[in-house]
Amino acid sequence: MAEYKLTADRYFEALKEDKLLGLKCNDCGKYTVPPKIVCQECSGSNIEVVEMKGEGVIKTYTVVRVPQEGQESQAPIPIALVTLDEGPCIMGRISNIAPDELSLDVIGRRVEVGHMVIPGDKYAHRDGVIPAFTVQ
Amino acid sequence: MRKVAVVGVGMTKFGKHEKTNMEMIAEASMDAINSSNITPKDIQALFVSNCLAGFEEGQLNMGGFVASELGIAGVPATRFEGACATGSMATRDAYNWVASGFYDIVLVAGTERALSMGTPLATRTFAMASDALYEGFCGLTFPGVFGLIANLYSKTYDVPMETLKESMATIAVKAHKNGANNPKAHFQKPITMEKALGAPMIADPLQLFDCCPFSDGGAALVLASEEVARKLSDTPVYIAGVGQSSAGNLGTQTYLPRLRSRELAAEQSYKMAGLEPKDIDVVELHDCFTIAEIVASEGLGFFEHGKGCQAALDGVTQMDGKIPINPSGGLKAKGHPIGATGAAQVVEIVEQLRGEADKRQVSGAEIGMTDTLGGDGGTLCNIILRR
Repeated sequence: MAEYKLTADRYFEALKEDKLLGLKCNDCGKYTVPPKIVCQECSGSNIEVVEMKGEGVIKTYTVVRVPQEGQESQAPIPIALVTLDEGPCIMGRISNIAPDELSLDVIGRRVEVGHMVIPGDKYAHRDGVIPAFTVQ
Repeated sequence: MRKVAVVGVGMTKFGKHEKTNMEMIAEASMDAINSSNITPKDIQALFVSNCLAGFEEGQLNMGGFVASELGIAGVPATRFEGACATGSMATRDAYNWVASGFYDIVLVAGTERALSMGTPLATRTFAMASDALYEGFCGLTFPGVFGLIANLYSKTYDVPMETLKESMATIAVKAHKNGANNPKAHFQKPITMEKALGAPMIADPLQLFDCCPFSDGGAALVLASEEVARKLSDTPVYIAGVGQSSAGNLGTQTYLPRLRSRELAAEQSYKMAGLEPKDIDVVELHDCFTIAEIVASEGLGFFEHGKGCQAALDGVTQMDGKIPINPSGGLKAKGHPIGATGAAQVVEIVEQLRGEADKRQVSGAEIGMTDTLGGDGGTLCNIILRR
């Protein structure tokens, strides 16, 4: 039976310790983060779990000022897409710059990946662990 | 594959409704049925488009109830879900079943009570259309998705934010101007550039008037094979091409600010229709946000990537421009009851191609197109129609 090499649970548990896990494809050499059942580049199954460097560059950002139900106390929420040095792109929150201080200049800045725990609401099946980006 | 036509259309007013989802979908359906010169009993299958009735009214499994409401319980009734693209997905599927020869007459019917949910719950449930496991917990909303894309657009194409903001406000003003000509639009009042640019920030850099509203509303279409359509209608509008594509979460979408799923779906529909972007006379595209209109206008091939911003500033997309975008007012002003949106876009194009669009008529329109985005690129549908 097909089985995940890296389950969501294991990925989140590692992220809670500030370890970013991913998958490396032994066929095409590309990385997949967060995990999938196959390589996201070539759909191949010859993949292995690796620890990522946990560093990358901000691709883009926004600040959510009108939040979803249940996240009122967290707003304004600074969110970014970060391209990891190994290639994949992940979403997380910027942790060390106040939302109102953010501008387009933050795009291209280097970050280190930590984590943040976001309590799940009544629709979520679990608490979330998300990447927290410390801008260098 | 047989030729397939839209023979009748129906649509409620969009906006705030006291009506239930069932009342809206049934009223739109009966208008579509009556204008097709058929009775409900002629319908062989139902393609029901609704996204969030489970949250709006505690209702799932709507298909059978809609069939029953129309007095045709027994016909296959399938409910589709593809976030904001739900209606176009249902329309494309309905098309496929008729084109293949399996059915001769089918009904596409959509409804949504998004406004009645209230902004906090609507924002939460719309956000469910993002990747709930790996991106949803970040707290991204749909304005947030397009905030990310707007900032990336500015950076990628080296368009100063001031210029982009002016272009986005121009699009908002256009939408409201067009909406003022549409008696079924959610918003029917013009706005000014000052009002758009002075509105509160929702998700940087998008302000209130960059965002479409949550709306209530219903829309429906009767599709028939060419042979049947010719008997039923003097003005059948043919579906010349359809396309649908998919994508993973935002992190996996390496083409951003381009949406690759749109480019793939559009390519399918142009190829099937044997047409090119320059052949399109009028388009109803997915302007859930003003920046979304810019990237859609590029993704559909009307402008080069990075040039849609300037095209909007140059007036090319206005009613009298080279490619009028969203004469109905679009999602921005006509409104966005997501389950009804795709069918409603087809309603507008059908009325345009029949020359029945009154004050918002694009003169001489013969070929039109719809474009509907589901989620943050996960589902994308295009439909090309012609007289």
